[in-house]
Order: sequence, then structure tokens, then C-alpha cells
Amino acid sequence: MTTLQLQIDGRAVSAAGDATVLEAIRSAGLRVPTLCHLDGLTPVGACRLCLVAIEGHPKLEPACVTAVAAGMVVHTHTPELETYRRMAVELFFAEGNHVCAFCVANGACELQDVAVEVGMDHSRFPYQYPQRQVDASHPLFGLDHHRCILCTRCVRVCDEIEAAHVWDVGYRGSACSIIAGLDQPWGEVTACTSCGKCVDVCPTGALFRKQDATGEKHPHPERAQQLDQARTEHRWHNQ
Amino acid sequence: MAVSWRCCDATACRAAGAAALRQRLEAEVGTERVKPVGCLRLCGQGPLAAADHADGRTELLGGVAGERRLDLAHPFFVLQRSVVLEQCGLVDPGSLDDALAHGGYATLERCRLLPGAAVIGEVARSGLRGRGGAGYPTGRKWQLVAAQGGTSKAVVCNADEGDPGAFMDRAVLEGDPHRLLEGMAIAAHAVGATEAFIYVRAEYGLAIERLGAAIAAAEARGVLAGLRIQLRIGAGAYVCGEETALLHSIEGGRGTPRPRPPYPAVSGLWGLPTLINNVETFAAVPAILREGGAWYAAMGTATSAGTKVFALSGAIPHTGLIEVEMGTSLRTIVEVMGDCAPGRVKAVQTGGPSGGCVPAALLDTPVDYESLQELGSIMGSGGMVVIDAELAMPELARYFMRFCVDESCGKCLPCRAGTVQLAQLLDRFVEKRATPADLLQLEQLCAMVKATSLCGLGQSAPNPVLSTLRFFRAEYEAAMAAPIAP
Repeated sequence: MTTLQLQIDGRAVSAAGDATVLEAIRSAGLRVPTLCHLDGLTPVGACRLCLVAIEGHPKLEPACVTAVAAGMVVHTHTPELETYRRMAVELFFAEGNHVCAFCVANGACELQDVAVEVGMDHSRFPYQYPQRQVDASHPLFGLDHHRCILCTRCVRVCDEIEAAHVWDVGYRGSACSIIAGLDQPWGEVTACTSCGKCVDVCPTGALFRKQDATGEKHPHPERAQQLDQARTEHRWHNQ
Repeated sequence: MAVSWRCCDATACRAAGAAALRQRLEAEVGTERVKPVGCLRLCGQGPLAAADHADGRTELLGGVAGERRLDLAHPFFVLQRSVVLEQCGLVDPGSLDDALAHGGYATLERCRLLPGAAVIGEVARSGLRGRGGAGYPTGRKWQLVAAQGGTSKAVVCNADEGDPGAFMDRAVLEGDPHRLLEGMAIAAHAVGATEAFIYVRAEYGLAIERLGAAIAAAEARGVLAGLRIQLRIGAGAYVCGEETALLHSIEGGRGTPRPRPPYPAVSGLWGLPTLINNVETFAAVPAILREGGAWYAAMGTATSAGTKVFALSGAIPHTGLIEVEMGTSLRTIVEVMGDCAPGRVKAVQTGGPSGGCVPAALLDTPVDYESLQELGSIMGSGGMVVIDAELAMPELARYFMRFCVDESCGKCLPCRAGTVQLAQLLDRFVEKRATPADLLQLEQLCAMVKATSLCGLGQSAPNPVLSTLRFFRAEYEAAMAAPIAP
């Protein structure tokens, strides 16, 4: 594999020829916020938090799906990007019903972490208070749509790693929601293996184990990559 | 002397009572002297029927009883330069024999004897740019697809015309479907494609019917030289006009866009190198290959060659379909051809929900890709809506923003949640209860949605707001609630 040289935030960085800009940013010890991205799953470029400015590119580019190129000059934290990221996080909070104080994921929530990271202390956009449902039909797990940010990690982990494809996205625009089976109650979907991978990778408290109360969710987003590596590279994390 | 009638049998005239007019004429001269044709252009005066007299004179009548005699010497007709629409209104869209009699498929036959590179060279020479709105050079796109390796490639026609006020492609599909098939077959030969699809919106019932019949007739007669063209019907999503969403939809998946690259030319339908063009682009191809690229390039401007079809609607006497040379001024189109009295026009909206408003003061702007872009609007697919003083600009902006709210696929955050907030901000201006802070937030959020959305729908959703803010800012300022006296 060839190695390329590029520049990120003024630093010279080496990256594998097939790396993404996000991988290069992280390998240099730098970071950009992400929500929909998860190592081990196919990137979709949907949350737009990892957008970076690349010199010579007319548009901002999502680092998670953009390939590195030799001599690329990347800026990860321009004032413009910081403004947009904060607005994006505000929009996430305003479009759902996120109440940290009694959320199962309080303290272990990536949306919360990102809010801290971009310095969002309140939303300047009015909260939409959407009417959404809670699906408690599964014997082990629950899905609280109020807390869903439509990152589709659950859709991808179930399809790509568990190969059950229980989840998908239904409807459109602000009415979009994660659906189980053919938009059925989760507990009725016989394709579900109750493996819990969707709960492990969910960045918020939308997917949870029923035994967990406020602040008790312990997600394991790293499992997607562990399983992927176990399969493709026969590398097991306990070896 | 016997007279022959051509009766418009396209959607707009059908809705206006074309069937009744046709029956009346058939009773008068007999069915064999009345021919159904595609759009006769002046849709607002429909139903339309054209009378061809034996001495070469042609008359155009409008109304269910043919009671209005329309002036074919009016600039609306005289200034048209028909290339894409050259047979639309002349040929019977339901008859392959009639298409062949009008020269259909002759160019394809000639092109099949040429190497693909020669065909592409001619398209490149013509200067044709994508008529779907983005204006990417067609020849370059064809070259890109042709240069891809692999034995299987696909050609896809985007017939998911969805902008409010746009009906150019519908006219081609309903009026001259064989021209589209011929253009696609030429493209397939040029780039070496074996798969062909037309993705047409479900709302275009008549177009679907005519396309289905045209494909069946052309395949049965063998004029497509073995190319199988499949028709795929949309399911009512505007975003499926975006090329990657359209391809997902053809594949049977959810119609959502994906980040590019890879571009469809490299990896499109089922991963195949895919040439995707819109209806009008393909429909321009037979004439270009017949007359030569230089002939086409001689029309229009240096950077926007050829002709463009526009759908004229709104506050204007002559609503309908026009095809003019690129570079024609908006004033010529609206005031001369559209017959709009000087001073009545407030603005012209081009490009639908992705476009903007050109104010009356700038009506002398030539219509080409670059000039409209400089004004914060876009050429778009060709919808042109004339706006008069009756309509307040914040309301117009809200109409388009609500359209984007309804049509956002919901995949990326800025478009899914940002358009909702923008529409609510615009509510405050329409209802005249906005504050200076709202205006600031409106501008900031427009910039954010434009810069950070995933696909063209989201990236251009703020354009109607930004463009009306640029030229009609006073209307937004006047919509703010009076400040409370200290």
C-alpha cells in the first residue's frame, strides 16, 4: 500500500493511499466530531459534523467518505466550520425530544458529547417537540424514537454485520423514522436475533436494554469494528 | 380544398377539453384528416388545434369550439427556434410509422456506422450542456463513461421532472417519445452501453403510456438495434430527480442520495459505469448528430450553446412552452413572447425550488447558465414563473421552502431539520411578526443548509430565500413587527 503525504491543520501527515480524510485526521491525533460514522460500518456522510474544508475544493467535504490525496491541504476547525457544527448540533436537539436528565444514556451519549465538544449550551432554534412513539414490544430491548437522531448505525450494523436487516428508514423528511421489519412492532419481527448489536452501536438513548434505568446505558460502539476485524482479518480482540 | 387538422393531445389541452374539440373536428372533416399531436405551445389558450390548408397556410385555433383564432405571426411563435421540439406538434406520438416518416431513427442508423468516439466528438463539438439544470458538458460526460472499462454499462434517462412550473420534459415525452428513444440509443452506441432505463415520475400518466407504447413499437420493429429500454416509474419523491437517488430507486432501494464521488459515470447503476442525462439532453442529440455539432454550437452563446425549452407560467398572458436560443433575454421571453405589458412584471422565478428570482430591473439579462448563476438564480431545468406585484416575496420563498420540507428525503440533518426551521422563520415574515434577530438567523441558517447539505436538493433549498433577500430585502424588513417604543 502506498503512503501519501498531506497537510491537516498545518501539520504534515502521512496516510495510507486508501485512507479516508477522517482516518488521516485521527491518525494524526486530531479530531473532528462525528455521529453517523462508526468504524466497522459503511460510512454514509449523513450527519455532516465531520465536514472539513479542503483547499481547492469548492464545497466542504465529509471527512468520513472523502479519500485522501497526495498534497491535500485540510482544515478541520475554521470559524465557518465551527459555526456550522454548532448549528447542526442545535438542529439535532431541536428536532427530537432530548431530555438528558432522565435519559438512559445520560453520561454515555455521543450527542451529549458532541454538544459539549462544539460548545452548545442551548439551542437558538425553537424545539419542535415532535410526537413520536416508544416501541417496547421486544422482550429485551426498547426503542424510544424521541431520542433517535437517524444516524442509521442500527440499520447498518444489523444489515452488514448481523445480516438480519431488521431495521430500515421509513417515511421522509422530518417524518423519517427507524422502522423494524415492515414497519411493525419490533417484538413481532421474527428476523430479529435479539443480538443487541443495534443497542450497542446506538449513539444516544434511542435503543436501550430494558433493565437499564436513567444513566445506566453502557453502549459498546467499538463492537462493530471488532466484529468486522474478526471476520475480515481473523483478528479477535481477546487474542 | 381539404384541410387537415393537428389536434394537441397532450396533458394541458386534454385537461382543457381537447377531446371535445377533436370530436367536433372529426365530425366536420372525418377522422382521417384529424391527427393527434403533441404540444402546440400556447397551452394557456388550449385546447389547441392547427389547421393545415392545402395551399400551405396554417392556422391555429383555441377553445373547445375552436372559437379563438390565434396569431401565428406573434413573436411567441415566430421567435421560437425548435430543435428539441422540432417534431413536437407535427408528429403523431402514438405512431412509429409517422415518426419514421418524419425522419425518426435515420440519424441512429447513420450513427451506428460510426465509431463511438466520432459520435461523442460531435456531441462535444456541439457544446451541449446538461439540460437537467446543472449544465455539465454532455460530450465530456459521454467521454467519461466511454473511457470506463468493463463489458457492461448503462444509459439512464432522468424523466423525473419535478420542479413546480416545469413541464418541458413532459412535452417531449408526450409529444415525440421516439426522439428520446433515438437519442438514448445513439448515446448507448456511443458509450458502449447495453442496459437502458427511463425513470419517469408516476404523475406523468400520459407520458408513461406513450413511452410504453413507443418502446414496444420500436423494439418490435427492430429500430433500436437490439437495445432494450426499460421503463421505471417513480413513487412520488422529488429527490429522485437527483441522480444518485434516482439510481437507488431503479435498483429497488430507498430513493436517497449518496455522497459523490464516485460519480455515476464511474460507478452507477449496480456499480456499472452509467451515463445519466435528462430528457431534453437526449432529445437534442438526434438533431445534433444529423446537422453536425458546429450547427448546434452556432446557436446560443459561447458558453451556453444551442437552444433551451422553457415552460412559461404565472402572471403572464401567454403561458406555454417555448424553445429559444440560449442568450435570449428574459425581457424578450417575458414581455415580447409572453406578451406581458412592460412594468407589470415584478420578477421572474427560474429554476424552481433550487433557483431564484430575477427582478424586473434585470430583465435584460441573457438566459444562459453563467448569467443566471451570477444573479443567484439558476437555469434549472427550464421552469419560468412570472411574478407580479400581487405576490409578496417572503410568501414565495416560503412556498418553495415548504416544498423542500415536504420533499426532503431526511437522510442528512441540514436538509431534514434545517428546512423545517427555515420554513418556520419564513412564517414569521409572511405573518409580519418577525424580528431583526429572525432576519439574522434566517441568513445564517440559509448559509449553513447551503454549505453543509448532502445533495443538490438541500444545497439549493435556501436559494429562493437568498435570492429574494438579495433583490427584495425591503419586503423582509417591512415584514418585521414594529419595534416597541421605549
